[in-house]
Amino acid sequence: MCLAIPMKVTEIEGSPDDFSISQIATVDADGISREIRLDIVDHWPEIGDYVIIHAGFAIHTLVKEEAEKNIALLRELAENMPSELLS
Amino acid sequence: MKYLDEYRDIELARPLVEELQKSVTRPLRIMEVCGSHTMAIFRNGLRTILPTGMELISGPGCPVCVTSAAHLDAFISIADRSDVRVAVFGDLFRVPGSHGSLANASARGAKIDIVYSPMDGLEIAENNPQELVVFLGVGFETTTPGIAATILSAKNRNIKNFAVFSTQKTMPAPMYSLLNDPELRIDGLLCPGHVSSIIGAGAWQPLVAEFGLACVVGGFETADLLKSLTLLAYQVGKGEPKVENIYPRAVSWEANLRAGQMVEKIFEPADMEWRGLGVIPESGLRIREEYGDFDAEKRLGIELIATEEPEGCICGEILKGIKTPTECPLFDKRCTPGDPVGPCMVSSEGTCAAYHKYGR
Ligand code: SF4
Repeated sequence: MCLAIPMKVTEIEGSPDDFSISQIATVDADGISREIRLDIVDHWPEIGDYVIIHAGFAIHTLVKEEAEKNIALLRELAENMPSELLS
Repeated sequence: MKYLDEYRDIELARPLVEELQKSVTRPLRIMEVCGSHTMAIFRNGLRTILPTGMELISGPGCPVCVTSAAHLDAFISIADRSDVRVAVFGDLFRVPGSHGSLANASARGAKIDIVYSPMDGLEIAENNPQELVVFLGVGFETTTPGIAATILSAKNRNIKNFAVFSTQKTMPAPMYSLLNDPELRIDGLLCPGHVSSIIGAGAWQPLVAEFGLACVVGGFETADLLKSLTLLAYQVGKGEPKVENIYPRAVSWEANLRAGQMVEKIFEPADMEWRGLGVIPESGLRIREEYGDFDAEKRLGIELIATEEPEGCICGEILKGIKTPTECPLFDKRCTPGDPVGPCMVSSEGTCAAYHKYGR
């Protein structure tokens, strides 16, 4: 299933270009932490970034500001109906 | 989960519902390509508040549903081998082939592990060195890179009793055969969220250029879905089709290069059979020669045997968006999630399952 729950990265193992050793991050959501793979993530995360996970693999890194910006954007969309688009 | 709650907030969604209601200025048909979208739309009750003139049809994006009957039969025959242990995503377990499902095979003693990630399959192989563990690969761009990474890891860790049977498929290949079908009119696509995370939102641009199709890449929360449908209606109304990405928290315009390189290393394009759509050239992926030891098809000498679709099942036409489940004479009669005739009824992303669960 494709439900995207962004998880916060708390630990990182391995390095982006070395596939001979494990590329693993520990992620945390609501106090539950688990390990996920970083082999195919689009941008190597830093601790504190968020990742979107699919079947045990991080696929997309989202920096905290980016996550917050998205929420602000949706709020704004909700508050100011883009009436100019309705014409 | 702080971030997710924001997207689900109903107060936030109410103005979006109103906006959607006003967005349609000409009738339009939208295809939601991805099975997770189909389910999310039903679960949120969005089909009951669709504005007049907006029609939603489900597309070929439920991976289990588009798996051909011949592949399903091959899966089951692999599971039945005494020297093999099979690892699968849970969705596949109860899907019927022409002679029963993996669940039936399991009941008669086949060794089948339901896994969350292909890496789990590799762990099982490592812990059961006397058995060949075969991961049954069913899915699109979102699962392929992980499978590729797992094969690479098997090689690096020198785990020899692990192999993958790949029926991996690629997007947007089937969209071309659908859009060239005169029976089907589509004005817009709700593009799959996580496939787009891998191939990039830009990958849908050729469909805009070639078919004048409105394209919106959207997420799975209520607000995402409402906004996506509204933007599709605006695009169609104004006659200005383009690709809009309103799911930037998971999707960039560009492809995910690391995932792409991983897939490229292990897999090469291959012709692939899709249920309902037939064989589409270069729409699938097979394991490269160099990694042939991890290719279950080669290792076990599997031959695909052409087979009939379950009698009376119209899954194929449903996957093409030509028919809806209620047009199937077996729907909710002989075919239910408890005793499914076709894959569209059993997969958690299947259109028949969605209609059964949420009505209509
Ligand atoms: S209701 Fe069952 S038999 Fe009919 S199309 Fe759906 S899966 Fe096939």
